[in-house]
Amino acid sequence: MFNKAEKIREKYIREEMWPSIFCTGCGIGNVLSYTMRALDELKLDIDRCVFCSGIGCSSRLPGYIEADGLHTTHGRAIAFATGVKLAAPDLNVVVFTGDGDLAGIGGNHFIHAARRNADLTVICVNNFNYGMTGGQVSPTTPVAAVATTAPYGNLEEPFDLCRLAIGAGAPYVARWTVGYPYETIEAIKNALAKPGFAFVELLMPCPTGYGKENEQREPAVAWQWYKENTITRGDLGRLDPEQRAANRKIVVGTLWDVQKPEYTARWAEFVQSL
Amino acid sequence: MAQNLVALAGNEAVAYAFKQARPHVGSAFPITPQTEMMHKFAEFVANGEVDTEMILVESEHSAMSAAIGSAAAGARTFTATSSAGFALMWEMVYVAASLRLPINMALVNRALSGNINIHCDHSDSMGGRDSGWIQVFCENAQESYDTALMNFRISEHMDVRLPAMTNYDGFIISHTEDALYLLDDDTAYDFIGPYQAKYALLDVENPITVGPLDLTDYYFEHKWSQMEAQKRVFPVAREVMSEFGELTGRSYDFFEEYRLDDADLVMVVLGSSAGTTKDVIDEYRDKGVKVGLLKLRLFRPFPVAEIVKVLAGRKAIAVLDRSASFGGFGGPVFTEIRSALYRQEQTPIHNWIYGLGGRDYDLKQVAEVIEKLQQIAAGEELQEVNLLGIRL
Repeated sequence: MFNKAEKIREKYIREEMWPSIFCTGCGIGNVLSYTMRALDELKLDIDRCVFCSGIGCSSRLPGYIEADGLHTTHGRAIAFATGVKLAAPDLNVVVFTGDGDLAGIGGNHFIHAARRNADLTVICVNNFNYGMTGGQVSPTTPVAAVATTAPYGNLEEPFDLCRLAIGAGAPYVARWTVGYPYETIEAIKNALAKPGFAFVELLMPCPTGYGKENEQREPAVAWQWYKENTITRGDLGRLDPEQRAANRKIVVGTLWDVQKPEYTARWAEFVQSL
Repeated sequence: MAQNLVALAGNEAVAYAFKQARPHVGSAFPITPQTEMMHKFAEFVANGEVDTEMILVESEHSAMSAAIGSAAAGARTFTATSSAGFALMWEMVYVAASLRLPINMALVNRALSGNINIHCDHSDSMGGRDSGWIQVFCENAQESYDTALMNFRISEHMDVRLPAMTNYDGFIISHTEDALYLLDDDTAYDFIGPYQAKYALLDVENPITVGPLDLTDYYFEHKWSQMEAQKRVFPVAREVMSEFGELTGRSYDFFEEYRLDDADLVMVVLGSSAGTTKDVIDEYRDKGVKVGLLKLRLFRPFPVAEIVKVLAGRKAIAVLDRSASFGGFGGPVFTEIRSALYRQEQTPIHNWIYGLGGRDYDLKQVAEVIEKLQQIAAGEELQEVNLLGIRL
């Protein structure tokens, strides 16, 4: 179905940057692979793509891609990406971010970019903690989960990033776990093709940080957890109403897909009209 | 007095000091290399070892904002950060000092972006040198622990009421296991004393407004009050350091003089580089070269009178800066020292910018500076601002 891994690697990856910094059992390498496969499938010209990121493990991704990249400061990837898109609306602008970067320190940029609806593809790797700095509570850490800054469990309610994106006005929102390769690649393809702010949340284990504290230290166990604790939107729909109401699993799938005027196109029209 | 000899990394040592101050509120956001300090403190809170309300905020701007709110409400407050985190606090750093709120902060020194670098230099703290905070630089974990304790006393003193930052070098001090003496909790707390609020927001009988509009009428006078408060740090710091010396046997001053008495040649450094420098100075002393070190601890307020007294009349001075002032005449410490010594005997003062982004400061570099100082003392005209350890 897809091009072979070696071909993808040869075509898009900076060989000299290998091996990556990612820990055993981490899914960020998969996110890179899925994104490159989606790009390849869509036959997008990599020279017309810009990859932006903030700070965190997932934000290291642009460094591995043989393309223009902008590695910025904590939380600001979307703000920088908005600048790139506005200056050069023809480019495909992709943001790699994490839960802490996107919804913690960069939360304001996230909601305003969704509201503004410039054509950005935002891929958020959600591993439920600040992984790179050593496993602190993040805005998506579940209640009662253990973190280095919450040794007896987290008290704060987490964000549902997809609901936040939908509420803020994003026209395309999907959530998968990295354990669903084909669905994830399709979602990234949809997001890249979507004219507007497209958001893909990818749930992913962090054996070194979150996993270590929450009985997901073993990569196989961790990946299994994501399989067992998620349900596709389709499967949820097939449950009877009582079961559906009782569902506590995280829902994955395409969660929102609507048409909305894109910001840079509106800007161009606006300028023409003056 | 009994003190416990322990092995701790700098971050843990400072976390102990902050715990022993029994702050009412702490706020922090993760950033390398400060994070272990916050982990350790969160652990103290979780284990009930300290009764602090810890707020895990969503950014450093929020960390400093929360600290300001807490201090204005009348609570002993601390926070900690590094590098870009300090830069993001920027707006609030000035507000904290302007409102005369004695917040204590650990600033674990790290290079500023870009490009992204997590290692030590002083560009973060030097950006805050004009913000109105007290700034003390430390050489090792022991000094960081001691300084953090003393800074509570100094900053909260009724003559001062200014925020204080304890600066210690990222990774070199923060992550290196070091042997140090800790006071027991009660002794440390008794030394600092209970927090006394001044103009607290929660004093409902005497309501006040903090930080309102202050234009051409009184803004200038309020800035004057900050300048005066900085001056009052000197006697207070002396008193606190002397009391601390009596308590612990560890004496501190605005700066440390190392083999300086008869020194013709003087190096001036901040932070962990002092250790390396002392080693090489010993080697040169063995060879009969009269070289010494002034390790500056108190950078804000800048102890100009004391520095002039010690440095005037030397044959050559090398000021080392672990940060650059792009487009300026040398680094910030150099500018300060040189300006302080203006109109003194014409001692040549040269600057070496070194160690940016964690570039190792090694023995050879110290030797290079001492060799140059000898040439300068012999009357050679050398370049005034230089780079040390750069690969060009």
